[in-house]
Amino acid sequence: MPTHSSVPVAAPFRKLGMPRYHLMIMLGLAAVLSVAPFLLYPILMIKILCFALFACSVNLLLGYAGLLSFGHAAYFGMSSYVAAHAAKVWGLSPELAILCGVGIAVLLGCIFGALAIRRQGIYFAMVTLAFAQMVYFFALQAPFTGGEDGIQKVPRGALFGLIPLADDKTLYWFVLVVFFACLLALYRIIHSPFGQVLKAIRDNEARAVSLGYRVNQYKFIAFVLSAALAGVAGGTKAIVFQLATLTDVYWTMSGEVVLMTLIGGMYTFFGPIVGAALVVLMQNYLASVGDWVTVIQGLVFVACVLLFREGIVGFIASKLKRPL
Amino acid sequence: MKKLCLGIIGAACSITAASAQLSDNTVKIGVLTDQTGVFSSLAGKGSVVAAEMAIEDFGTKIGGKKVELVSADHQNKADVGTQIARRWFDAEGVDMIIDVPNSSVVLAVQELAREKNRVLIVSGAGTADLTNKACSPNGIHWTWDTYSAAVSTAKAIVQEGGKSWYFLTADYAFGHTMKADVARVVEATGGKVVGSVQHPLNTSDFSSFLMRVPSTNADVIALANGGSDTINSLKQAQEFGLTQKAKIAGLAIFLTDVHSIGLQTAQGLYLTTGFYWDRNDETREWSQRFFKRHGAMPTMSQAGVYSAIMHYLKSIEGVGSDAAEKVVARMKETPVNDFFAKNGKIRADGRMVHDMYLAQVKTPAESKAAWDYYKILRTVPGEEAFRPLSESECSLVRK
Repeated sequence: MPTHSSVPVAAPFRKLGMPRYHLMIMLGLAAVLSVAPFLLYPILMIKILCFALFACSVNLLLGYAGLLSFGHAAYFGMSSYVAAHAAKVWGLSPELAILCGVGIAVLLGCIFGALAIRRQGIYFAMVTLAFAQMVYFFALQAPFTGGEDGIQKVPRGALFGLIPLADDKTLYWFVLVVFFACLLALYRIIHSPFGQVLKAIRDNEARAVSLGYRVNQYKFIAFVLSAALAGVAGGTKAIVFQLATLTDVYWTMSGEVVLMTLIGGMYTFFGPIVGAALVVLMQNYLASVGDWVTVIQGLVFVACVLLFREGIVGFIASKLKRPL
Repeated sequence: MKKLCLGIIGAACSITAASAQLSDNTVKIGVLTDQTGVFSSLAGKGSVVAAEMAIEDFGTKIGGKKVELVSADHQNKADVGTQIARRWFDAEGVDMIIDVPNSSVVLAVQELAREKNRVLIVSGAGTADLTNKACSPNGIHWTWDTYSAAVSTAKAIVQEGGKSWYFLTADYAFGHTMKADVARVVEATGGKVVGSVQHPLNTSDFSSFLMRVPSTNADVIALANGGSDTINSLKQAQEFGLTQKAKIAGLAIFLTDVHSIGLQTAQGLYLTTGFYWDRNDETREWSQRFFKRHGAMPTMSQAGVYSAIMHYLKSIEGVGSDAAEKVVARMKETPVNDFFAKNGKIRADGRMVHDMYLAQVKTPAESKAAWDYYKILRTVPGEEAFRPLSESECSLVRK
């Protein structure tokens, strides 16, 4: 697996451990995302950001720890329910509501993670899926989630009680800040010694054990971090769309986000963002095509698997011979 | 010169304004429906076809201004649905959204339409909350709801002697609400509930639930579930021979469900519908036209889409404006009279009250032609079919 250790690091960002071209990509991304709401519909852009975060959280496990979680909808969806409930019923401001959502995602991540990391490969995936389905049926039954009707009319409220988020553009800037904060934190995690150990575990778990690393602890922390990040995405989505429904906790959501990660490129840092953007844009622009949406989605996936085995960004990275 | 020009432009503007005050000079209708999932046959493409027919029949123009149609697939996801609705309202100038099967999507879109002050007419979805707890001054619920589909069936069956009821309830809000509404009616009309069992969503094996039925000696098995659960439980009840002893009451069944189950299995089933194509000459005439374009007979939600759009466009023509509050006010004042409804009226809570029909599915021998599925047993008057305003929790209802 490629590492970045030999790549020159830009002086002011040495602490972030970010090579110059990664910095350029980050700045480019920031520039594009700052202009985007003036060109595209802001709510659509926000949705892309939320799903990009969600896909990044899956990629932290899948790409960097080699753990395929098939139950990330549980953290995403439960967080959106709790955030929606906190904002609507308890009347909390949006940032606190999202934090409540993250709290429940971390809690679930701790419980499920502690149990799931005892198994590997397909068994790990099945265990996470089973737990996620438990959460789904809980959400279907629990009185506060509104069953299949979901929670509607969630107030967007005012950020810190000061800045009203009713305007779509204001909301976009808020989500953009959250997005970049999470992205930088994730970057830092992946490129820290902790992240290096994760990659070592992914590549050869037995060797990592023989080197004296407590593999399960590393996996557990990665799992909880990933759940937390999924929680941020879910909570934010609930505030933005002013609703929380069963779609967010259903297993197809877990599948969709894995799909986004794979299309974008799972060993890459920027891949999931591209994958999420692609899938969300497809869902959006194909909505008027009707029953062909799923067929086209399937064809795109088949094409990606056949043409870019490592995902779109992974393909570009291998052409450039640099990790992206 | 400049003043003259401005004057002419001003005069021109005021003339067009007088003829019809329409936002961005068009009336734009959005059909938001499920085109791929479980509701795609009862609404879906057929709803779009019905909307196209309505606009063509109306004449595609109101006072020289165009009537346009857009449609989209909400994929049964509330976030996809609201995102499309937001884009339609904010960027594309859509004045009215129609159909919207799936309760989670429609409840979210109802809130959005209220916020953006546009009209929402619901045909495909059945959740009675739309005109109850979640009612909105901009929302009209046209075709059916869980209350009318379930309660009329229950009343009629009890009156015909089906006294002891056994419930097969889907274990989520939709099933529970339906069961509670029906059980109340059954007990109020002199029947009794002898047993009830809850099954999880998307059950494929109903044997353990159905095996308890014979020991209860129930006259009626009520299916308080929907979609594939209804189809599976019905098939298995038939296989166990339960349908010979007991009547089966379907609480949310559409013509296309019967079509896909087949008469062999569905025969004898009691249900309530807001529309049946083969009821009289008017319904037949319209339905045959629909059939030519769509290749299937219309369900009540598809017929409702046509009827609602007609009433909406006529109301715009009548008030000369597409502003939501004026149009809705006119729609509520004017009775609905077409092939779909006779003297239908829209109540303060947004419920369009019209006659419903108690039907029984024909046996294969009784069915003379394709799509000849229902025997209409009784017309249920609107006042009886829908939840009375006195029981309403809607804030728009003055008590």
